[in-house]
Amino acid sequence: MVNILTLFNALPGACAQGLIWGIMAIGVYITYTILDLADLTVDGTMCTGGAVCIVMMSTGHSVGVSLLCAFLAGMLAGLVTGVFHTAMGIPAILAGILTQLGLYSVNLRIMGNKSNMAISADKYDLLVSLRYIKNVAFYKNTLFVVAVVTVILIAVLYWFFGTELGCSIRATGSNPNMSRAQGINTDFTKILGLMISNGIVAFSSGLLVQYQGFADINTGRGAIVIGLAAVIIGEVVFGRISRNFAFHLLTVSFGAIIYYAVMQVVLWLGLNPNDLKLLSALVVAVFLALPYMKRKYFSRPVKKGGAGRA
Amino acid sequence: MLDIKSISKTFNAGTVNEKTALNGLSLHLDEGDFVTVIGGNGAGKSTMLNAVAGVWPVDEGVIEIGGVNVTRLPEHKRAKYLGRVFQDPMTGTAANMQIEENMALAARRGQFRGLKPGITRKEREFYKEKLAELGLGLESRMTSKVGLLSGGQRQALTLLMASLKKPKLLLLDEHTAALDPKTAAKVLEATDRIVGQDSLTTLMITHNMKDAIAHGNRLVMMYEGRIIYDVAGEEKKKLHVSDLLEKFEQVSGGKFANDRMMLA
Repeated sequence: MVNILTLFNALPGACAQGLIWGIMAIGVYITYTILDLADLTVDGTMCTGGAVCIVMMSTGHSVGVSLLCAFLAGMLAGLVTGVFHTAMGIPAILAGILTQLGLYSVNLRIMGNKSNMAISADKYDLLVSLRYIKNVAFYKNTLFVVAVVTVILIAVLYWFFGTELGCSIRATGSNPNMSRAQGINTDFTKILGLMISNGIVAFSSGLLVQYQGFADINTGRGAIVIGLAAVIIGEVVFGRISRNFAFHLLTVSFGAIIYYAVMQVVLWLGLNPNDLKLLSALVVAVFLALPYMKRKYFSRPVKKGGAGRA
Repeated sequence: MLDIKSISKTFNAGTVNEKTALNGLSLHLDEGDFVTVIGGNGAGKSTMLNAVAGVWPVDEGVIEIGGVNVTRLPEHKRAKYLGRVFQDPMTGTAANMQIEENMALAARRGQFRGLKPGITRKEREFYKEKLAELGLGLESRMTSKVGLLSGGQRQALTLLMASLKKPKLLLLDEHTAALDPKTAAKVLEATDRIVGQDSLTTLMITHNMKDAIAHGNRLVMMYEGRIIYDVAGEEKKKLHVSDLLEKFEQVSGGKFANDRMMLA
């Protein structure tokens, strides 16, 4: 067991990646859990945000401006999916797939028709990086920086979903018929939710390219599965502790960290890295199926008198 | 208060499933009218309510609420004039939101929803009082998810929500049909009280003829997408179920026997 050290050495990196993907998963949480929509746009926006960020930074813009533009680019992608879904009546999953496919070309265009672009921590002042994990001041440490960003994001979302507008988005996800009867324009709230979600995903993508030092056209492939895995793991492991909304957002972030830690462990155990996506898909499939299978195969008959509630 | 002028609606036009649900229907409600609507299956009762609520556009005709032509307004824009309670207790409330959050949503019906708090402390106290009036003990469960409530509790809550912001017109679509008789009676009692408090103009569909006679000041009977019988005031009070059955058999040619209204 000499090489257990390699695992311990790899864990902080996995943790940082998990934190960054945790922000992405919070975006997925907004569509998947709050709006009750499966939005596949994120597979495209998880690349778009990074592409925008890296191009902006290499043309001399600051990290802040670049990340803001990444966020806005993501919102734009969400807007497209939202319009496909609401104004044009395309089912949400298909609308997301269409935008995601279109984004592949857009992403190549953003990166100047190249399939990847590098950004060096030597030449640019990066917010996060692989190299800021060890032997740096704590306030420069990527783990610390991303954790702070996550906490701020959760605080902002906690406030927003408590406002009248935020409540109308939650109501739309819970019961669209009731929402319209209460005067909520459900088309608008769906579009807004998709925009916020994809904005957050693109923002996280902007962090990811800085962290890994490059943007790649294939970065977002399967992002939705990682996002869902984080949401589900967080719910299963911590979900029962509290009903607080902010806490639930935090569990999503923890879920992503657990996901990356587990991936690191299976790689360390000798799994072929090429098999990772297959493993992720299977794990998510199992977790998505669990509630259904539990109901179907393991439900006990209702006890006598249990049904007599009016 | 409500003016329906010869509206028509055909579903699945041009297919084998073509169904004319509303056929030149007209109805006028004065302010404060409490009208009960009866009719057999497929008579167009719910279709009429959905047309008023704007769930889909009508093919022909005009709908005015309080003098405003709403015929072309989408559902969420008409909502500011309307309070609605549905047949299915699941439809009227957001199951995974809290009781007080549902009420706060309803209290903002027809208003701009911005970045102000979704619910304030002052509102909470007001909702607590309102819930206490229902007498179902919900005032102590303000932060429970609505999904945990029973069907009757959810219907009573929906009713309260529909009247929280005084609507120009209250639409009740068989809102007691899915409840057991005891609970249904309770919800109807609450209905009478809430409608009476604010003298709300109300349109209530029911399949129970006794209820239709006992509640409201006016009764209309629908058949094949039109109103075939309209009775109000003293004359309505004197009605018996047998009168309604007879009336129905006259127009439908005795097709009444296997209709579920017989159960009433």
